Amino acid sequence: MATTTAVQTPRYTPAQLAAMAERRRHRIIGTIMVLLGFAGLVLFANNADPAAVSTFGLNTGRTAVIRLGDLVVPTQATVIALSSLCLFIGGYQIIRGFGKSTNAVFGLIILFFIASFLVWATGDKSINLAAMINSTLLRAVPLTLGALSGVMSERAGVVNIAIEGMMLSGALVATITGSLAGSLWVGVAGAVLTGVLLSLFHAVLSIRYKVDQIISGTVINIFSVGITSFISAKFLSEFPRLNNPGIFRSEPVPLLSAIPILGPIFFDNNFFVYAMFALLIVVHVALFYTRWGLRTRAVGEHPKAADTLGINVFRTRYTAVLLSGALAGFAGAYFTLGSVGRFDEGMTAGRGFIALAAMIFGNWTPFGAFGAALIFGFADSLQSRLAILNVPIPSQFLLMAPYIATMIALAGLIGRTTPPAADGKPYEKQ
Amino acid sequence: MAESVLKEIIPPVTEVQRAPLWRRIWEAVQLPALALFTAFVVGGFIIALSDFKVLEALADTISRLNPLGYALLILTVMVLIGGVLISRRPEVILRRLRFAGTGRQSRWFNIIAVLLTIAAVIILLVVIGFGPVLALAWSAVTGAYGALIEGSLGNSAQIVTALQSGDSRAIALAFYPISESLVASTPYIFAGLAVALGFRCGLFNIGAEGQLFIGALTSVFVGYSITGLPAILHIPLALGAGALGGALWGFVPGFLKARVGAHEVINTIMMNYIAFRLSEWLLNGPMKRPGAVPVSPFIEASAQLPRFFPDPIRFHLGFFIALGVAVFIWWFLFKSKWGFEIRTVGANPSAARYAGMNIALNIILAMCMSGALAGLAGANEVLGVNYNLANAFSSGYGFDSIALALLGRSHPFGVVLAALLFGTLRSGGTRMQNVAQIPIDIIIVVQALVIAFIAAPGIIRAIYRIVKPGEGEVVFTRGWGR
Repeated sequence: MATTTAVQTPRYTPAQLAAMAERRRHRIIGTIMVLLGFAGLVLFANNADPAAVSTFGLNTGRTAVIRLGDLVVPTQATVIALSSLCLFIGGYQIIRGFGKSTNAVFGLIILFFIASFLVWATGDKSINLAAMINSTLLRAVPLTLGALSGVMSERAGVVNIAIEGMMLSGALVATITGSLAGSLWVGVAGAVLTGVLLSLFHAVLSIRYKVDQIISGTVINIFSVGITSFISAKFLSEFPRLNNPGIFRSEPVPLLSAIPILGPIFFDNNFFVYAMFALLIVVHVALFYTRWGLRTRAVGEHPKAADTLGINVFRTRYTAVLLSGALAGFAGAYFTLGSVGRFDEGMTAGRGFIALAAMIFGNWTPFGAFGAALIFGFADSLQSRLAILNVPIPSQFLLMAPYIATMIALAGLIGRTTPPAADGKPYEKQ
Repeated sequence: MAESVLKEIIPPVTEVQRAPLWRRIWEAVQLPALALFTAFVVGGFIIALSDFKVLEALADTISRLNPLGYALLILTVMVLIGGVLISRRPEVILRRLRFAGTGRQSRWFNIIAVLLTIAAVIILLVVIGFGPVLALAWSAVTGAYGALIEGSLGNSAQIVTALQSGDSRAIALAFYPISESLVASTPYIFAGLAVALGFRCGLFNIGAEGQLFIGALTSVFVGYSITGLPAILHIPLALGAGALGGALWGFVPGFLKARVGAHEVINTIMMNYIAFRLSEWLLNGPMKRPGAVPVSPFIEASAQLPRFFPDPIRFHLGFFIALGVAVFIWWFLFKSKWGFEIRTVGANPSAARYAGMNIALNIILAMCMSGALAGLAGANEVLGVNYNLANAFSSGYGFDSIALALLGRSHPFGVVLAALLFGTLRSGGTRMQNVAQIPIDIIIVVQALVIAFIAAPGIIRAIYRIVKPGEGEVVFTRGWGR
């Protein structure tokens, strides 16, 4: 036993080891690309009717000034072309490698794969592509906002798995305050305030009492399930008037919404979509281009060093956690005020955890999280259309996709995600 | 020489260990007990403040307040704040009053101050005219909690008369609530042990709910698909299938944690949702019973856990299996080499590594066992209570188990006690909902508060001014990374 642990002479320098790991990773990604290409050929092209054509609608109707014709492509030929492209690029990746642009190329390959799946699934039917992209965007809104909430607090070193609970409570309070005041804005304010209050609880427990942050987040999640169901069963069912706040209508941006395809998708939406884009930019700039952001990230990476340099670790963490709560509460308001206009028990249905997954998938950055939220939103919007398309894939498997993808991302198979170094660790001032 | 080294390594026996048994039990029990009490007090406030009669009376009284009433109301608030302040810092006040009291005296002073404050506030409120409101609130809270107790433990008068009459049917009815509480406690024992075992290894298994689902799926499959076996073989086979399914679901996050350091909290949450979707698909497709409802077929009679009493009483063998498993887990954790390694890895991974223990293996083993226990909870439900599997059959056993593992301080016997408590709460909550029109969700709120108070003993100590014992706080999990 003892002899085997004797000092071994290192055969490679750390730099060499890192380069080897990088090469290995590139080869794995290349292999995955080739496998995706094969999968496309075997699963989709093989089963496609040679004579079928796939039709994609490109208009969402309402504000488009210029109407476009449908995009019609031959099913089998397109699938074969896309899959061959996957094979070719994957082969190049294994042999030569794309170097630094590997991740972008990989994203492109995934896009190709999804496209070939869509073309195959649509075979001989038609699908409204523009409407689908729009619904992807809408489904990504609460995920993005929730993920931003997670980014905000975890960058300061406080794990927030209570996004789900904060969203649920925010949704309930939004509907009640909105209905009582007869104003949607009051509803939004109520939701944000609820998020802040719950996150204050989280902050006090995890920063002041140094409770395990996961436990304090779990407390909020369980508490929210209980209290929202309690209030909903006790009051909302008794007084339906309390559960009727109305919803934010979509408001087209004057000129921009007339752009074909992109206009109706991006510039003819309700308040929450615009707010999401604005917050995305605000959080990104605030975290990475301001002094406050630098300090917040320093506290999340190395609180002791930050403290030594005179940054108030506790105050920074409190601020970040409260902002995180505000974002999660706002995300909750989307469910009632931006989507269906009423509260139902457990209506967030695990979206807070998908938001958490999007944050991890996006490597703790706002835009990465947004990208992940779009992918997850796409899976969600696709599964709701599978029934129409009559594809032999149970919708449950598409709903599983975000979770499996997150586990793969977390496992570091395709590249490691790196959480803030001090994430989840209470800070003890010395 | 060796002895002096040993003396230096082994820490001196602390006060707590030397204290008599009753004192150690009290030390162990007082915090959970106070946490429960506080959570129920808060729950009582929520019940009172959400009661329509109380709210009406409150609005009525406030609308009839005269200026004097308002003045007295402000006085009441001031008394309340003053009382809280005095009870918080009695030493300061005592020094002002030239009573240089010792700690013990100030503690009594503190309790008296709190009681006096409560009394003064109540008297003032009654004087102002809030008497009826308080009475209504009191009756709402006692009505709710009374129904909770009666629904979980039964009506004592009914039990006495039934026993006196000697009629077996009456006795069965009288003991029905207690038996239902035990039935509800059984999955809690398994699931609580699952989470507790994870905690002991420094792992936070939020995935008990998913593992429970998978365990239920596999055991119900074995229960209905295999026919013609005698019960003596079929039952262990079905239970084993449940444990195996749960263990598989626990293995994946355990393996990922051990091999690549992926945090088990995220992975178990993800595995939960994968399990939900998987069971949704199975119950709508391959495992669906003919008909419109997504339900699995009924299991064979030979796979059903035997019940001990005629029909309304569902008390079954699973309860004793659960107790046996709890004893086994106690032995495993505290008397076996494996358990020692698991606890060492949980308490101090570096020390464990230095001592030559295989950390990865222990983490995987702990997650598998944790998953197997949760899977047994699911198997127990389908084999002992439901006899089939429907969508969303668990309604949160896995999540409640986090609360009860904390309440039981991650000790198997503590978990059993906490599970009995939660089982009674769950079965009593149903009656409370029917009789007192209090949604059963209040129980969930109380459970959340219990977790908060147990996990943050600082809050309870601050409220009740308990001196912190010598032991360090337990760290359950670490950050996302390695």
